[in-house]
Amino acid sequence: MDSLQLIVSGLANGCVYGLIALGFVLIYKATEQVNFAQGDMMMLGAFTALGLANDSHLGLPFWVACIGAVVIVAAVGWLLERTVLRRVFGQSQLAVVILTIALGFVLRFVAGTIWGHDPLTLESPIAGVNVRLGGLVLGLDEIAVVLVTLLLTAALFAFFRRTKLGVAMQASSQNQLAAYYMGIPVKRIHGFTWALAGATAAVAGILFASKGSIDPNTGLLGIKAFAAAVIGGFGSLPGALAGGLVVGLIEPFAARYVASGYSQVAPYALMLVVLILRPHGILSQVHGKKV
Amino acid sequence: MSDVLLEIRNLEAFYGPVMAIRGASLEVPEGAIVTVLGANGAGKTTLLKTVSGVMDPDKGEVLLAGESIERSEPDRIVRKGVVHVPEGREVFPLLDVEENLAMGAWTRSDDGVAEDREMIFGYFPILEERLRQSAGTLSGGEQQMLAIARGLMARPKIMLLDEPSLGLSPILVGEIFSILRRLNEERGVAMLLVEQNAKAALDIADFGYVMELGRVVMDGPAKRLADNRDIREFYLGAKERSQRGERRWKRRKTWR
Ligand SMILES: Nc1ncnc2c1ncn2[C@@H]1O[C@H](COP(=O)(O)OP(=O)(O)O)[C@@H](O)[C@H]1O
Ligand SMILES: [Mg+2]
Repeated sequence: MDSLQLIVSGLANGCVYGLIALGFVLIYKATEQVNFAQGDMMMLGAFTALGLANDSHLGLPFWVACIGAVVIVAAVGWLLERTVLRRVFGQSQLAVVILTIALGFVLRFVAGTIWGHDPLTLESPIAGVNVRLGGLVLGLDEIAVVLVTLLLTAALFAFFRRTKLGVAMQASSQNQLAAYYMGIPVKRIHGFTWALAGATAAVAGILFASKGSIDPNTGLLGIKAFAAAVIGGFGSLPGALAGGLVVGLIEPFAARYVASGYSQVAPYALMLVVLILRPHGILSQVHGKKV
Repeated sequence: MSDVLLEIRNLEAFYGPVMAIRGASLEVPEGAIVTVLGANGAGKTTLLKTVSGVMDPDKGEVLLAGESIERSEPDRIVRKGVVHVPEGREVFPLLDVEENLAMGAWTRSDDGVAEDREMIFGYFPILEERLRQSAGTLSGGEQQMLAIARGLMARPKIMLLDEPSLGLSPILVGEIFSILRRLNEERGVAMLLVEQNAKAALDIADFGYVMELGRVVMDGPAKRLADNRDIREFYLGAKERSQRGERRWKRRKTWR
């Protein structure tokens, strides 16, 4: 039973990593940029929901606060693309990496200024509720995390496969020039992608905050999500989720069986192994891609 | 001749300090096939890019049915009926044939899209057979057909075709060019056809221009150009052709 418990909490953590990794992959697929502020956008989503929902702050109904946080962080993502990222578009990856790392610092600073640096807890109706399933006691928060993540991944997957806009997003990532030739508004699609990545980050943030406390440095777990995205191939949405789950599952077991101090290295060690063995990740598409 | 559909006047375009188009002018009448011949680097692709709006000219005008379109966004130009079929085909490699065609119709919301697709399968039956295959796995000829078909899905008044014969066998070139001619005759689509393969292009064109180093150096009805001594020597000569074939093959190899 004990390791089953570990598996469930590992899965729940892995889902949060997976959702952040989805954001990495979305932006990378559409714009070939790597957004190192993705974890901080997750943190921003968590704090925005908290600021809207908690009684000590605005005290709005929980669901209203959730929708509000998703909309607000989506808007932040869109604005960042419009005002900042568009200016470095086409420049070296390094410029984008440095810029997004700096954006992460800014988001942390802003969150610290508004909400302070002490850990806070989101007043979530699913926090701390236990559900009995047979002999197993599971947290409602953990179940919700897994369900919401699966639903969101499936919805995004269907969106990319089935809708004209989703297909156009793939098209403009596969061959940007040809997309221009077809009259696809590539820049607007980039803005939309950042908004979508922001919304995904907000969902991840709300789920994360339902499982424990948050502070402005919470977003640093984006680094683990980055490892998850690499493990998943950095080009595939289901791969990102799978990578997140792998990292989430490794952690508790490494903590249990490996000397503390070394156990935290496990996700990155796995990332290195994957990079060496399969440079394109475990689930990546074969990219016959021209630049 | 009938009304002028596309007119380019004294166009100049740069890549940074490099002047690629040095004052070029040309006309495409409604429903005509006009070809632009020229060696590698003459500025043919750049010319088409300034028409389709992916590049802004520094000087000069591009008029579509009398209305100036230079410096418009590419999506506005597609909506006005100008579609660019790029050099090297540039299909969306991981999308299947059906999705590639749907992207060609991106700017459209009318309900003639399905009908046009059927019409296009009439011209390119192989695409219907390959509907679910990803475009990157098609042969070169099939990709070229897909690129043309994808452009047609925008229901253009004029297609800008950039070296559709590039890297294809003579038999395939013949097949594709005869389809282009049928599209022109049966659907009334005007074409601005850029080519290094002068023979194939002059065979189907009504009128032709020759570009060198960013300038138009010669023009005339296609038949007259085909008989011209310089053109015969530089673009249609047997010796030159084999040499060029070799060079082209080499370029393709270093290119991908
Ligand atoms: N992206 C680019 N950057 C700089 N120079 C370019 C670029 N593309 C083309 N050129 C230059 O512009 C000129 C015209 O090129 P292009 O229009 O591609 O010729 P063509 O299509 O006739 O082969 C050439 O001298 C070429 O070197
Ligand atoms: Mg060219």
